[in-house]
Amino acid sequence: MAQVTLTNVKKIYAGGVEAVKGVSFDIPDGGFCVLVGPSGCGKSTLLRMVAGLETISAGEVSIGNRVVNQIGPAERDIAMVFQNYALYPHMSVYDNMAYGLRNLGTPKDEIDKRVKEAARILAIEALLDRRPKQLSGGQRQRVAMGRAIVRKPQVFLFDEPLSNLDAKLRVQMRVEIKKLQRSLGVTAIYVTHDQVEAMTLSDKLVVMNGGQVEQIGLPAEVYKKPASKFVATFIGSPPMNILPGTIDGPGIVALGDAILEARDVRQDLPAQSPVEVGLRPEDVEIASEGAAGSLPFDVEFIEELGATQLFHGQLAGLPFVMQAATDEISAHPGRIWITVDPDRVHVFDVKTGARLGRG
Amino acid sequence: MVEDRRLGDAIAYIILSIGVVIVAFPVWLTFVASTWDAATIINGKLPLYPGPYLLENYNRVLFIGTSGTTREPVLGMMLNSFIMAMAIALGKIFISVLSAYAIVYYRFPFRMAAFWIIFITLMLPVEVRIFPTFKIVSDLRMLDTYQGLALPLIASATGTLLFRQFFMTIPDELLEASRIDAAGPFRFFKDTVIPLSITTIAALFVIQFIYGWNQYLWPLLVTTKDSMQTIVIAIKKMIVTSDALTEWQLAMATAMLAMLPPVFVVIAMQRLFVKGLVETEK
Repeated sequence: MAQVTLTNVKKIYAGGVEAVKGVSFDIPDGGFCVLVGPSGCGKSTLLRMVAGLETISAGEVSIGNRVVNQIGPAERDIAMVFQNYALYPHMSVYDNMAYGLRNLGTPKDEIDKRVKEAARILAIEALLDRRPKQLSGGQRQRVAMGRAIVRKPQVFLFDEPLSNLDAKLRVQMRVEIKKLQRSLGVTAIYVTHDQVEAMTLSDKLVVMNGGQVEQIGLPAEVYKKPASKFVATFIGSPPMNILPGTIDGPGIVALGDAILEARDVRQDLPAQSPVEVGLRPEDVEIASEGAAGSLPFDVEFIEELGATQLFHGQLAGLPFVMQAATDEISAHPGRIWITVDPDRVHVFDVKTGARLGRG
Repeated sequence: MVEDRRLGDAIAYIILSIGVVIVAFPVWLTFVASTWDAATIINGKLPLYPGPYLLENYNRVLFIGTSGTTREPVLGMMLNSFIMAMAIALGKIFISVLSAYAIVYYRFPFRMAAFWIIFITLMLPVEVRIFPTFKIVSDLRMLDTYQGLALPLIASATGTLLFRQFFMTIPDELLEASRIDAAGPFRFFKDTVIPLSITTIAALFVIQFIYGWNQYLWPLLVTTKDSMQTIVIAIKKMIVTSDALTEWQLAMATAMLAMLPPVFVVIAMQRLFVKGLVETEK
């Protein structure tokens, strides 16, 4: 259908506030791109600039090789699903879906065909005569999606579409959105602050913070090699442990008294230079007491999650969390010994927070 | 507990009934007076039950007119009042919906200045600006016309304020969804804003129709011909007579007739209120 390209896109508000500070990336045709970040990071503004609901202060947005900076939202060939669905409350479900097509002058039988088709795909055929007020949250969500589908757009834009749903429905709709996008083959941009949604939906993950892109990549890449301390702590649940450490030699970092091997770290860092060491709770393994390379971990309390447990405590005098399968150890506070795969030790610059990896 | 509640209910009903009697009794008395002949009323022995002259009195008032005071039959005056009230109500709604839409949804220079100027006119009702308004209407040769009756009363800020407050509660996402759905400003207005405003429009219509119907001072100034009199003026003329007996039975019949259109408007619009409420409740 269409590829979307953003080139150095900026949003500067009248007061001089820079909400988006020069963002560039592109989404291949049929790709599913998720913009994720904390609130106020500029992700929604960026999406609205792609939609044409916000003017673009600088830079260029193109959809399908056509620069759309000066083109209105209706002519951009996009469809958007809003956080609160934005269904027209006074129109029936059918009219909600047909409204945009009618405005574009689509022939009546074509509208009817497309609405019925979308209703069939989304299993809302029985609801076509109802008003939005008579629908449940999940049904409204489907209608909002239906309104997007009937337009057969080149790009779907989703602005936190699942945040008004309860947890169970959210998981279900997440799967459906992904399936739908795959089967229709439409390029999608999806904004969320939920990192689980971001990881599961995307085939291109854009992590944003403070109006800037922190990292772009496949979700697995972003998870395994976070480009900065921000990404490392934002992606992953529970968040990565960040501990202050020092370089103790090539590929060796020291956490207080303990020594840890790290493979993915720049070799040219001078000894004793301070760094921040990131360890994911789920990458930590339990070792036997005094095993080679093991660290002492004083467990203070344990959270039961069913399949896994979270151990909260102190590592080398600093707060630390680890995750372990329920049957792995007996769950009671006290000192245990842990090891970490040297491939899964992340080292970040103290000042910039950038990853100090092997390039 | 049950007995306590019954007692409470009984007290509530008694108080409400007293209230109803207080409000309804003068209306009943007016109705009764309109069904007797002049002699009975002037004797000061008006019974509390309707008399035999109902058809005669109403027929005379509606189609023939009083003997001296108003000259024209009341039917024509009711028509005048109705045209004026409708023009005021519809004109106000038309102007205030459009101005509120402009103020809420358009970004133009001096937008807030325009809003405040409209707002300030709240302090300038017709009674305050009556001389300049009369001068303008007279210069425009609109004395004794329906335009002259209605136009100066159409200009008011209340409707604009009401619709502005209402429009600001319409979520921005609806506007954005409309923009994506290829609806321009006029389509958004026609397809989304107006349908959502129906109950507000109905409420404003009721208030402004009654406001227009009850106008006294302004119609008194701008109408000189008998054929342009409104019913409120007619009642006043019938009651205050200097050199003749007040025809109370006719004045009361006119008063009863003057009450009817506002009552019908309220009843008709009430159904729309309920309809609107029921639809949003679902």
